Amino acid sequence: MLTLPALRWGKLYTSLDTQEVIHFDTGEPIAKISQVNGGMLQLDIKHAARARSVLRSIPCSELLSLCKKAASIFETGSVPMGDGVQSVDDFIHQQSASTGLPEHMCRSNMKKNSFVLANMTEILDALTRGLDLNILSRGYGEEGRGVTVSYQVQSPVLGAVLPNNSPGVHTLWLPAVALQIGLLLKPGSQEPWTPYRMIASFIEAGIPAEAFALYPGGHDVGQALLNRCSRSMVFGSQQTVEQYAGNPAVQAHGPGFSKIIIGDDVVDRWEDYLDLMVESVFSNSGRSCINCSGIWASRHTEQIAAALAERLGPVDVLPPQDEKAGLAAFTNKQMATGTWAMVQKDLAESGVNDLTAAFGDRLVERDRCAYLRPVVATANSPDRAIAGKEYMFPFVGVVQCPQKDLLRKIGTTLVCTALTRDEQLISDLTESCLVDRLNIGPIPTNRLSWLQPHEGNLIDFLFRSRAYQIAPMV
Amino acid sequence: MTVDTTGSSLAESAAVARERLDAHAYETVQWHFHESTGSPFWLEKKAGLSFDPLTEVKCFEDLKKFPLFEDDWLRGGPVRRWVPKGLDGRPTYVFETGGTTGIPKSRVVIDDFRTDYELFSETLPDQYFPRGANWLMLGPSGPRRLRLAVEHLCQFRGGISFCIDLDPRWVVKLIKKGWMEHLEEYKKHCIDQAITVLTAGHDIKCMFTTPKLLESLAYGLAEQGTSIQEIGITGIFSGGTEFTPQWTRFCVEELLGGPVEESGVYMTPTYGNTLMGLACSRPITAEDGYKISYYAPQPRAVVEVVDFEDHTRVVEPGGTGRVKLYTMTKEFFVPGFLERDEGEREAPYQAYPWDGVSGVRPYHVFAAQTTVGVY
Repeated sequence: MLTLPALRWGKLYTSLDTQEVIHFDTGEPIAKISQVNGGMLQLDIKHAARARSVLRSIPCSELLSLCKKAASIFETGSVPMGDGVQSVDDFIHQQSASTGLPEHMCRSNMKKNSFVLANMTEILDALTRGLDLNILSRGYGEEGRGVTVSYQVQSPVLGAVLPNNSPGVHTLWLPAVALQIGLLLKPGSQEPWTPYRMIASFIEAGIPAEAFALYPGGHDVGQALLNRCSRSMVFGSQQTVEQYAGNPAVQAHGPGFSKIIIGDDVVDRWEDYLDLMVESVFSNSGRSCINCSGIWASRHTEQIAAALAERLGPVDVLPPQDEKAGLAAFTNKQMATGTWAMVQKDLAESGVNDLTAAFGDRLVERDRCAYLRPVVATANSPDRAIAGKEYMFPFVGVVQCPQKDLLRKIGTTLVCTALTRDEQLISDLTESCLVDRLNIGPIPTNRLSWLQPHEGNLIDFLFRSRAYQIAPMV
Repeated sequence: MTVDTTGSSLAESAAVARERLDAHAYETVQWHFHESTGSPFWLEKKAGLSFDPLTEVKCFEDLKKFPLFEDDWLRGGPVRRWVPKGLDGRPTYVFETGGTTGIPKSRVVIDDFRTDYELFSETLPDQYFPRGANWLMLGPSGPRRLRLAVEHLCQFRGGISFCIDLDPRWVVKLIKKGWMEHLEEYKKHCIDQAITVLTAGHDIKCMFTTPKLLESLAYGLAEQGTSIQEIGITGIFSGGTEFTPQWTRFCVEELLGGPVEESGVYMTPTYGNTLMGLACSRPITAEDGYKISYYAPQPRAVVEVVDFEDHTRVVEPGGTGRVKLYTMTKEFFVPGFLERDEGEREAPYQAYPWDGVSGVRPYHVFAAQTTVGVY
């Protein structure tokens, strides 16, 4: 069993309070993690400026090379981990064991994180619209049009309150290091693995440890981080998102309510897009905010749902080591039973048809955990409650809605894949502020281009464009 | 409070302490249940008992014949029923606990708070709690024993005590209403009062505070570019169930400037309540993993760690159980009260040759519903 300390801007700290990370199925302890308090983070925040300072002493170009090296270590190497060493296989086993994700999904999330880190040069080039990174580093510079530009860094470090059990979200904070911004992370209690391994890889690659902080602990640590850090991210529920709405210091990531919209011009050929729909709903066990939870069309919704149910309904629980395993466990059994109770309530509404009911029980209870098998249901109107729901398992509502009403009814949508050639619909979606990431054409909702911003451009979050005038001193 | 154990073995000291406790238990019961000296409350209770306390309680163990003390008995009046006849006519205080909603629990006190804190004073090292030094009471004000007790402790040691306004009932209401912004502001308001006093040239060297307020004070001072150490505080006594070993370590290492030998700031946790008085901590050290063990001021009060299912059975040394308190003074008699805390039974040691309790935390059955450490 590994013992993981906290990391206080490069200094390891072993707390007298520890929390065990438990195997979701067997209950065996996998690791013991030091627990610190919010006060410690609050006191240590004074060292945040040093984190930026040590990173600024390394040119961005060199940091980008070090990120590439870190990506390779992260994906293929063995790294020091607390009182032990962690190989890639250890990482996969540990992450799967504590989050309930099948191992092949852990590998795929690992590759995704590594890919983003290895391709940071291109990603930052896209996010900055080709800005010379030295301008961000220096604070000002000449962009090439005879105009001085200046970007004021908003925080010496980027804080993040990381989720408990979703290893797919870590790509969002990775670019900070190459931008010479330190990292202040509160790892999730069941998924400490990615942040710990990523920081270990950065340090192994040669980036100074003073640039990093990991504060595992309770809610007070998360609160202290969000209150004290000038720029931070939090991952949570819709309630968390609402709590931080309008707070410029906090970027809140919650449910995505991602959707596929099928235009009237192509809906009669819906079968051509069945694979795309299955992938969008089912990838990563439907756990991500980018998984599709709603398919909206004006007709054929019963047939679409029946075809999806035919594909997804039979999916059953398989051991996490099985390459074909498609379902992640709910490591907290009550969360599965609670979710299932909510789904059942929605399914009972008039105008809702449960197409997966014929494929056996959806709730699979084990001694210590539970699973929810995929649910596909139709809603005969966007006004059915199920039309606005998203859950942490493969779940989709196929919603009948006239095309003219779509934009009035879809609600906020993180990823929208629009299957249409209808120029007016495309234009309306493009103009809409309800949709964040817009895919025009057959792109599954889960396939993100890393050259595009996600829920706002990280550069805009971390840097502010401002006036900067220079006159020679006489 | 402590026992003079010079030259005797721990076993001998423990035997002496036990004899003293047995004699004290007998005398206390005689006082509270004799028609001429007992309180109306206990004399009335006596009628409902299945035994005669005056003849059948001869030692401490015999107190277990009494039913458990119920703190609800302390709610409501007439408060005079708690005053022993033998103390009639003496100036009497009433101290309250709880009362955020509903009727608070009241305890009458004549001299107990002074006696308890004078005994506690003996345990404070003069080097860090200098005689004549002024104090700050950074804790709850209002109808609470602690407020006057700390002031008396300070006066007893020759100093003058400053205090702040802090209404814990309002704090609990803010938490229950979910008004966390107001809670933060109220905390700030309390800390502002403290910093104002501490920076006003009153030469304050000692203080009482709670762990949460100590933390907030440290952050408040840090924002002004100073610290508890720099502002001249050398001795702190504190109390509350948030005193975990890790918090104590954090406090010593990060808030107070390091171990006492380096920082010159001594902090001692205490455990207690209005019913019992206060139990002292064995000195806390890094070598001992910042373990916190409390010892009651026997024979005036006793702490036992009892089986969760059978409160008459003390757990084995090192075992976990519920904290059970006894109070035996001429003013107040508690023949066994189950606290809302649990912990581990600690062995006697030379300075306190009787059982103690360590790892005190909210009783796991109540923990989910209890609002602890609110100020």
